[in-house]
Amino acid sequence: MSVLVVVECDGGEVKKSSLEVASYGSQVAQMLGTTATAVAVGEATEANLAKLGEQGITKVLYDSEPRLKEFVNGAYTKLIATAAQKEDSKLIVLANSNIGAAVGSRLSIRLEASLATNVVALPQTEGGSFVVKRGVFSGKAFADVMLEGDRKIIAVKKNSIEALHEEGKTAQVESFSAQLTDADFADAPKEVVMQDQAGGVLLPEADLVVSGGRGMKGPENWNLIEDLAKALGAATACSKPVSDVDWRPHHEHVGQTGITVSPNLYIACGISGAIQHLAGVNSSKVIVVINKDPEAPFFKAADYGIVGDVFDVLPKLTQAVKELN
Amino acid sequence: MKFLVCISNVPDTTTKITFTPDNKEFNKAGVQFVINPWDEYALTRAIELKEAQGAGTVTVLNVGEADTEPNIRKALAIGADDAIRINAHPKDAFFVAKQIASVAKEGGYDVILMGKESIDYNGFQVHGMVGELLSIPTVAPAMKLDMSGNTATLEREIEGGKEIVEVNTPFVASCQQPMCEPRIPNMRGIMTARTKPLKVVEPTTDAPRTEVETFALPPAKQGVKLIPAENAGELIKLLRNEAKVI
Ligand SMILES: Cc1cc2nc3c(=O)[nH]c(=O)nc-3n(C[C@H](O)[C@H](O)[C@H](O)COP(=O)(O)OP(=O)(O)OC[C@H]3O[C@@H](n4cnc5c(N)ncnc54)[C@H](O)[C@@H]3O)c2cc1C
Ligand SMILES: Cc1cc2nc3c(=O)[nH]c(=O)nc-3n(C[C@H](O)[C@H](O)[C@H](O)COP(=O)(O)OP(=O)(O)OC[C@H]3O[C@@H](n4cnc5c(N)ncnc54)[C@H](O)[C@@H]3O)c2cc1C
Repeated sequence: MSVLVVVECDGGEVKKSSLEVASYGSQVAQMLGTTATAVAVGEATEANLAKLGEQGITKVLYDSEPRLKEFVNGAYTKLIATAAQKEDSKLIVLANSNIGAAVGSRLSIRLEASLATNVVALPQTEGGSFVVKRGVFSGKAFADVMLEGDRKIIAVKKNSIEALHEEGKTAQVESFSAQLTDADFADAPKEVVMQDQAGGVLLPEADLVVSGGRGMKGPENWNLIEDLAKALGAATACSKPVSDVDWRPHHEHVGQTGITVSPNLYIACGISGAIQHLAGVNSSKVIVVINKDPEAPFFKAADYGIVGDVFDVLPKLTQAVKELN
Repeated sequence: MKFLVCISNVPDTTTKITFTPDNKEFNKAGVQFVINPWDEYALTRAIELKEAQGAGTVTVLNVGEADTEPNIRKALAIGADDAIRINAHPKDAFFVAKQIASVAKEGGYDVILMGKESIDYNGFQVHGMVGELLSIPTVAPAMKLDMSGNTATLEREIEGGKEIVEVNTPFVASCQQPMCEPRIPNMRGIMTARTKPLKVVEPTTDAPRTEVETFALPPAKQGVKLIPAENAGELIKLLRNEAKVI
């Protein structure tokens, strides 16, 4: 019985969030006195999969079926279920992504497993029970949840677990076939359209985020946000009203009704800090607020703040980053 | 075409979250409950599609106790034709999914729409579970949904982009912006909602698979360190040397 970890790959690389998932899985495996096996989905290279040894993974199963490069719910679910059977896994760990959570919920029914999504910490396993901490109320609180039954699935929230890096350790990569048929690919997408990411950093995966609100006054001023983001290697984001009026695309909208981010650094520029906005960003490790109104509620949730005009402050910050590098 | 729209009853987005003194339950005192914001997209889109087809029904479904009925009536006022309430405390996502699947099976719905996730327990899982329980596809989260005959074309959000997905009925989709402009009830809707059928059904005997032991609030911030605007560059040094995040 090993812990099964689902790692998502993209363009040959293992996604950063999946390095965290792998580290989570191997640490739980150690707690339970077993090993962690990974099953890879997406486009991977054997060399990068072998490097999952650094995150404590012993073995990686890889099905080279080319149609698995893109997410197909039916096929991914069957692939992982087959791997779980082969490994006799009672615990499956995946990323709390649009892939991981979608597959996890189907698997929980198919494998009769209990499921916790949005998990932020390693489990407590005293006395034979299994309790995980998960984010609830859109980032405003946490709940300790007991998972019942002898099969369990956990979806781990990004940036809540430190990835392990044990230099030089390698995992054994094993080819594996889930015997997928055309029927398993019936819900394959017709087309995949990727957005142009400013600076090439994906918001959900980003460590650093620069975000703008209505205080930016208009889309023509976003170069100030983009320049700072580019200098830092950060992704860009925005508040809801900004995407509602199409100053920025919808996928950049963070908050209770947008996406939740938990980067190491979130810089809020001209955003007031409404409760619905905070809900999506308050698990960021460090929050910086730039606002000309010293009474803006966002300052209460911030670690660092500048009371000032974004049009004056942002160029100075960009300049300072360039000087530092 | 028969649409089933699942709505969850959640604390208003401005709610300050607190718990009972033993931290075992969410403190509902003084809290206003609303239709889960994402479920409003599902509801409005179902009504729009029904109107475009010129025929069909939109049924709203909630798993909840009698205190959710004001929001069920609100959904009827927005334009649903009838409603079902499964009379149970929604203990966890698995329990809720089992209830929805049992109603869906019996009712023979063509399209089952939900929200992306509940803003209280943030599961993002009921739609996947229901799809699997009924052995039909789930598209989650969907930003766009169009129907032509029995075929739906959806845009599914993925990290950094979108997928165009085509599925035939029956299917499940979980909805989010910018699918439509959620409607609000008008006076006529509110009047007619009172007499629209709301059926109360007893739950199945399925047991939940998870249980909340305790709740906790995030640790409070230490307080903000202010840097004078003239000296903005100092912030970058602090982020490198003190916070060590860049
Ligand atoms: C059901 C519901 C769900 C919602 N979900 C979300 C959500 O997911 N995400 C979200 O963001 N919002 C959400 N909202 C909206 C939220 O309530 C706020 O309206 C919104 O976050 C405000 O956006 P803002 O801070 O950009 O704009 P404002 O509140 O208008 O704030 C602009 C700020 O910019 C400052 N400013 C102005 N000019 C300058 C300048 N030159 N230099 C520096 N500062 C300046 C002002 O002092 C002000 O604080 C939701 C609301 C509801 C009702
Ligand atoms: C400890 C605890 C206490 C709770 N107390 C209450 C309570 O007092 N009142 C209450 O109403 N709920 C309560 N809930 C239930 C909760 O609101 C959800 O209904 C359920 O747990 C599923 O949540 P989720 O986040 O996994 O759903 P998600 O998977 O995030 O939801 C996705 C979609 O499924 C649909 N959906 C979810 N829940 C329901 C539902 N109940 N009925 C119909 N459709 C639904 C919606 O379309 C939603 O957008 C409680 C849950 C827990 C764990």
